[in-house]
Amino acid sequence: MTNSRLFVPLSCVLIFSVLVGIGFIIPQWAMFLATMALAKGLVALGIVILMRAGLVSFGQGLYFCIGAYVSGLMANWTGITDIVLLSILGVLVSVILAAICARLLSGYRGIFFAMLTLSLSMILYGALSKMSIIGGTDGLNVSAPTFLGYAPEGRALGFSLYFYTCLVSVIAGGLIRVYFNSERGLTTLAIRDNELRVEYLGSSVKSAISSGYIMAAAVGGLGGVIAGLAIGHVDPEYAYWTTSGEFVFVAILSGFFSIGAVFASSIVLEVVRSFSNLYFPNTWQLVLGVFLLIVILLLPNGLGSLFSKRRRKGGSE
Amino acid sequence: MDLLAVILVDGLIYGAWLFIVSVGLTLTFGVLNILNMAHGGLYAIGAYTTATAVGIYFANGGDAFPLGSYAVMVFAALLVAVVLGPLLERGLLRHFYDRDHVVIVLVTYGIFLILEDVMKLIWGVTPLFVSEPYSLLGNVEMGPLFYVTYDFLVIGVAIVAGLAVWYVLNRTRQGKVVLAVIHDREMSRTMGVNVNKVFMVSFMAGVFLAALGGALTAPMISVSPGISVNVIILAFAVVIIGGLGSIEGAAIGALFVGIARAASVHMLPAAELFIIYLVMAAVLVFRPEGLFPKTEARKI
Amino acid sequence: MNTAESSTADFVLQAKNLNKAFGAVIAANEVDVAVPRGAVWSLIGSNGAGKTTFVNMVTGYLRPDSGTILFNDKDITGLAPRNITRLGISRSFQIPQLCAELTALENMLVSLSSANEQASFFRPAHSTQSVANATEMLERFRIVDYRDRTMAELPAGVRKLLDIAMAITGEPQVLLLDEPTSGVAAEEKYPLMDLVMEALDGSNVTVMFVEHDMDIVARYSQRVLAFYDGQIIANDTPDNVMQDDSVRRYVTGGAVATPGGV
Repeated sequence: MTNSRLFVPLSCVLIFSVLVGIGFIIPQWAMFLATMALAKGLVALGIVILMRAGLVSFGQGLYFCIGAYVSGLMANWTGITDIVLLSILGVLVSVILAAICARLLSGYRGIFFAMLTLSLSMILYGALSKMSIIGGTDGLNVSAPTFLGYAPEGRALGFSLYFYTCLVSVIAGGLIRVYFNSERGLTTLAIRDNELRVEYLGSSVKSAISSGYIMAAAVGGLGGVIAGLAIGHVDPEYAYWTTSGEFVFVAILSGFFSIGAVFASSIVLEVVRSFSNLYFPNTWQLVLGVFLLIVILLLPNGLGSLFSKRRRKGGSE
Repeated sequence: MDLLAVILVDGLIYGAWLFIVSVGLTLTFGVLNILNMAHGGLYAIGAYTTATAVGIYFANGGDAFPLGSYAVMVFAALLVAVVLGPLLERGLLRHFYDRDHVVIVLVTYGIFLILEDVMKLIWGVTPLFVSEPYSLLGNVEMGPLFYVTYDFLVIGVAIVAGLAVWYVLNRTRQGKVVLAVIHDREMSRTMGVNVNKVFMVSFMAGVFLAALGGALTAPMISVSPGISVNVIILAFAVVIIGGLGSIEGAAIGALFVGIARAASVHMLPAAELFIIYLVMAAVLVFRPEGLFPKTEARKI
Repeated sequence: MNTAESSTADFVLQAKNLNKAFGAVIAANEVDVAVPRGAVWSLIGSNGAGKTTFVNMVTGYLRPDSGTILFNDKDITGLAPRNITRLGISRSFQIPQLCAELTALENMLVSLSSANEQASFFRPAHSTQSVANATEMLERFRIVDYRDRTMAELPAGVRKLLDIAMAITGEPQVLLLDEPTSGVAAEEKYPLMDLVMEALDGSNVTVMFVEHDMDIVARYSQRVLAFYDGQIIANDTPDNVMQDDSVRRYVTGGAVATPGGV
């Protein structure tokens, strides 16, 4: 990275301006697609945080679902529709739940970690499916959000949501970049390589993994809040393991070197999904599976490694 | 018949079924170190192939000898194993053996996704029914309750499958070679063991067991898209409870979960869906690596 | 050497009746030793004699079956490695434990951030100050030329030095070196030990190193612990230990200097 401490904030402002600019020219369906892609990109970003510690979470759908249900239930029960308030609540609930789960999970690695995270999200899926007071498997509808008192409709609503999503995505991305570059961030990367050494240097691997997991839950919950509001409907499918599988897919496609690549991969996935829904309605998973195998085989470090000078011979930050 | 006995019988039947659908998963992990997410897909293909094969059997005069449909079921599972086992292992998985465990899990996830749609392309999305083998053996009366005799056949198959795997691994020369490969892949290779062949055959055995699970299940359910997903989640839980790679563990894990689920169905129906995870979480709190963990060597 | 050796108060590290068995193998049998502050000691013995087990128990990788370990008179038996490191006991490894995908500089930065009491989520790991500190450390060990190389590109000797450099970043009071010269070409062994001793010069760090090469033992250590079958069979100056009958029989095999390690 560059030495200037202004680099991260400046690139955030630049990216945000470009995104909003694009918002003025694209049609409404594309804006919805971009909103969803960014929201899901946030969830995938959580997986990338954990990937840097050498872990793959197959259950980020858990927090995606929690965030979505928080926004849905709050709107239905208390009438709160303010998107900022809902985001804060969604993140808060996710973080609290993650802090509890982290105690169990931080002792596990590799496939155990992957499968346990998967199981946790499936518990939520099972529980929600059985709870008929909040819609059971049908889920529930979410009313349109308001933005600090502003209650847009139609295209203005779509644009406001897109604007908000760009804003929080860029802020979250910037903060996570700062974390990746930080002392803790580097230690996490070291854990991926050699956990034993990190313990012997006096750092707690468990606490590093727990904090990564909690951060991942926070962005997962945030993505869920936005997705729930954008779609206007939530159901237990948000916590289903194939939903989590798509987030993993995005993380694998992007690799863990570039945060921009995470959102780019998420957009790629949404675009491919739209087209394959249109032209090959019954082979979406086939396309996804083949794509996944190709990426793992040909791009082991993800799209991000194509743009990052990070891993080149002799290259340094 | 009192509640306890009902729970035990139901639990045993369900546990036996769980064992059949998960023993292949633990076997594949034990030998190849692969946690195969496609296991559920292979199970579903076993069910579909059985549905088709048994359908053909009865359409072509199978009624004269209906018990022959059981042989057709086993044959269908074998067919799946012989065709898909080598194709997946030799054609795909072996290219990833030097990569991280988690990467291989993702590769099998990719295979799972592909199989899901391939099944839809071959068999369509309308459910298939082949209930003949299920009702063939009639019912058994136990106190005031009737059980379908087929359910006890499932218990029998589970016992035979478990004993067969145990016998082959521990009492035959080929099994000892497999154990040697499990213990030390590189050393076995230098001793002249054809590790590639061991891998392929073991993977085929895993596929066969998955497909056999599907074959046995096909007559009991409507075979439709989505059956693979539930199975893989259940099998994971059973295998993690038992300790990855342990056959005994899978047996005990399946029994645990089977009885816990039966108890929940009769006493607390709302918890049925996630009782299995509660059992898993409880086991892991006390035994973080499952009931029968693999031992690990000192690192420094 | 520190003259305080006789005044019992200044033992930085004490092991009392340590026992450890792996099944039928006894890796530590009533190991009892007191190390004065600032001493440089070596540990010798054939493979499996219990040297690494001793190091692993002191640094918390293994918990002794019985016995206690005192560090500055504080009981540290059974603490986790990171807590022991935080207290001031650090170690290097027989096979260097480095982060393979990181560069030499980044490996040093990892140890610098870990040495911080509170590593930060915001402070950049690559701050000018940290990079300067890390680079200076690499210079001290004369491996600064490899600063931006990843592990795969480093020669064995450089890896060893980097491993040791990482261990001393946190300014430990006790440093345990597990076979610092094993896997290093014969002509590089002395320069390597010289560099390590030079880097530690004046810091009053207590050093214990596992070594197979008797010349290195004689040259760099003030006292030698000879291990056999999990027991300490000799605890004396290098000259005396090498004259010792049981040491000659069980450890050095009569000949002096077994070159190389494992």
